[in-house]
Amino acid sequence: MAARGPTAPEPAFASRLGLDLQQSTNHCLVALRGITKSFPGVVANDRIDLDVHAGEVHALLGENGAGKSTLISILAGMYRPDEGEILIEGRAQEIDSPRAAIELGIGTVYQHLTLVPTLSVLENLMLGIGSQGARLDLGAARDRFDELAKVLGVSFDPDATVAGLALGQRQQVEIMKALWRRSRVLVLDEPTSMLTPQDYDELRHYLERLKGQGLAIVLITHKLHEAIEMGDRVSILRSGRKVGSLEPDAVAGRSADELRGQIVRIMFGDETPEVESAVELSGAEAPREARPARGPVVLSVTDVELAGDPQEVGLRGVSLELHAGEVTGIAGVDGNGQRELAEVIAGQRRPDSGNVFLGDEDATRLGVAERQQRGLRYVTDDRLGEGTVAGFDVAMNSVLKRIGEAPFWSHGRVNRAEIDRYANQLVEDYDVRTPDVYARVATLSGGNIQKLVLARELAFSPKVVVFNKPTHGLDVRTAEFVRDTITRLASEGVAALVISTEIDELITLCDRIAVMSRGVVTGVVDNAPGAEERVGELMVAR
Amino acid sequence: MSARASSVAARAAEAVAASLVPAILALVATGLLLVILGHDPLEFYGDMLDRGLLEWPGFQESVIRMAPLLLIAAGLIVAFRANLWNLGADGQFLLGAAFAAGLAPTLVDTLGATLTLVAVMAIAAVVGALWTVIPAVLRAWYGVNEIITTLMMSFIGIAVANVLVKGPFRTDTGGVARTDTLPLDDRLPLLGDTQINAGIIIAVLAILAVHLVMTRTSVGLRLRVLGENPRAAQHAGLHTGRLTVCAFMASGALIALAGAVEILGIWGSFRADFNPSFGLIVIPLVFLARLHAIGSALFVAAFAVIQIGGESAARKSEVSSDILLALVGLMLLFMAVTEYLRTRRPTAVGAG
Repeated sequence: MAARGPTAPEPAFASRLGLDLQQSTNHCLVALRGITKSFPGVVANDRIDLDVHAGEVHALLGENGAGKSTLISILAGMYRPDEGEILIEGRAQEIDSPRAAIELGIGTVYQHLTLVPTLSVLENLMLGIGSQGARLDLGAARDRFDELAKVLGVSFDPDATVAGLALGQRQQVEIMKALWRRSRVLVLDEPTSMLTPQDYDELRHYLERLKGQGLAIVLITHKLHEAIEMGDRVSILRSGRKVGSLEPDAVAGRSADELRGQIVRIMFGDETPEVESAVELSGAEAPREARPARGPVVLSVTDVELAGDPQEVGLRGVSLELHAGEVTGIAGVDGNGQRELAEVIAGQRRPDSGNVFLGDEDATRLGVAERQQRGLRYVTDDRLGEGTVAGFDVAMNSVLKRIGEAPFWSHGRVNRAEIDRYANQLVEDYDVRTPDVYARVATLSGGNIQKLVLARELAFSPKVVVFNKPTHGLDVRTAEFVRDTITRLASEGVAALVISTEIDELITLCDRIAVMSRGVVTGVVDNAPGAEERVGELMVAR
Repeated sequence: MSARASSVAARAAEAVAASLVPAILALVATGLLLVILGHDPLEFYGDMLDRGLLEWPGFQESVIRMAPLLLIAAGLIVAFRANLWNLGADGQFLLGAAFAAGLAPTLVDTLGATLTLVAVMAIAAVVGALWTVIPAVLRAWYGVNEIITTLMMSFIGIAVANVLVKGPFRTDTGGVARTDTLPLDDRLPLLGDTQINAGIIIAVLAILAVHLVMTRTSVGLRLRVLGENPRAAQHAGLHTGRLTVCAFMASGALIALAGAVEILGIWGSFRADFNPSFGLIVIPLVFLARLHAIGSALFVAAFAVIQIGGESAARKSEVSSDILLALVGLMLLFMAVTEYLRTRRPTAVGAG
């Protein structure tokens, strides 16, 4: 490693923490110059320049598909750029493998956590070492853990199994893992996607501490307010290009509103008014239209208990009522029983006890198809895993839940012309971008698959629709389309249940928000001012 | 050409190419092997073609051989398409054969030839279907890997078939343990003046039926959904357990029917330890055809020619007939390689 410079802040302290720092601020640790990376049909990164300075958070803002993940994959050594160079401390370097990235001092925390749940914190941290011989030096590892815990300002038991940690804590372990090999650059990919508001505050707090230690931090986000709140420097990506950036002196001392306006102008130029709603601004600004008085209860879940699979939390005494014309939200960190609840409602699994009523009818023993006939639909979050058959064409997927039913089949024989006609109609109504209805679903983008799934589920006048993370992983326009669709359904008298991990989204969409934590509904909040905080509190309640 | 037709045609062309390329590569590689062994591959392949296809007796032999192979292929496709790996074909085949050989010579005295043939084939099919129930139920409701259970049931099935032949079905006449023999006149009728029995008709009808069911009916589509994405099947509300058991039973029935046809058409009797091991031969063929029924029929036909003509050609040029197994093995190997190269070809990767 390079020798420590004379101007390092608190050099003794820094060295005790094992952070090899060179200089204090404004020292450019990593510079990307003209990085270009294309995949067949897409230029994911187009001549991108990026400077990452010590002691700064560089926020990289852009919607899904803007090229953020490709760029960090290049930094992390997962992809090699087609063109351009990467300067580390001013010297051109090849990052040709994840190992090379680590050796160059770049630690990455991915959006999806990569810890082994059955191992302890310490074991997980040591997994990344690899090259230090067969023997695990537990003593040294413990010391290193203590150092990093002090840097982050967190405390938990290094011998605890990861499975028992809250998501916020798991993320802290991920950050420790990224820093374990004395990284000087920390890359965080959408670090807030699984966090409660309280966790988010904590994340901001320890990013400040890491900055204070002279680390350079790259923060990838698609949320404008996060970029403004955490970034010292903001770069905006759009369709693979860097369309603008704000230098630290442009960020410091400006109000959040000024910055927001400026960034939106950079992102969308003159088309601002039209597309502003497509950016995830800070959330609940747009007031929802007040809905007329509550409709009757069309679906109720009473005291549902479900043991669940070993890796699931299951459901414990869950009760819920959905009214016609209302959007009910389910908030909660992923994996707290939301999927189990959705599947129990959809009829994909039977609860151990408790009931599901559709209107007055006890539907607990009914299967998926019977519930569908009674107007219930389930828009799954796992579009490719269970929502569609990737190898089948668009047309067949559009009737996947109606196999054998008229008019698509008669006496067991397929009426392909009728299916094609129907599929073409759905594709047109929902603007599914596909060459034709004979294209395999595997060739469609995630957004178009979601539109196809929506089109399929919302056909034939649904009465109750369960949406599981309906905008997850979608580009902002499709996400907006999905949200509009949900609002439209509710105005037509459909009862909607929206499961989401994004509180902002629920605040925008829902009339009431129920919160799930560890398989229990910890509370139901009417969507009124202050609901966000209340939801956040309930998310961590037991 | 309509969008669908052209899209289907393009995919079909790709599938045909992906099936033929490995077959051609295997022929070339086996040719090289023959050269190394000091033989003329062109002469060998020429003899193979002559004696398996072009000369009348060889042609008849090949068609006769196709009947059981086609029925097995039909049975395998039903299961494999639903992503159920029925590897117990040999057990199911021999049980069908044993029941056919054990019952037909007795029944024919009371029922007459036609009724006996129909009844015995039905019984064989039922036996084959029932033999798959244990692996099917274990798979459907307990998630037990059917590859292991069907293989185990196959060993048991082979043993049970032999126990039957050496016990209750054993003929009174001395010599090697075997069943009574069905008189020639009571066997499956021959087609015109040929030596070809009606088994081929049954087999062709079966494979056509499987093709139509898989491509045109709701049952076939349900099985394919189950095969392509079992979680989607669950999500769409299909009764996956019931479907699994049905697919397994249909598979077992067709394969056992192959055993019955082999006995009723050719042998007339089951000698102890009879086992042509057709099941394991057909598996690579249906894979080469990507579980497509008509494609499988073409591969089965080609294989029958290779086997019948090849055995004769091998005898003539004094090569071990194991060279034919090498040929089929190489086809599979090249298929794996071409498949790898095909799927590795970069497709659209999402950015961002």
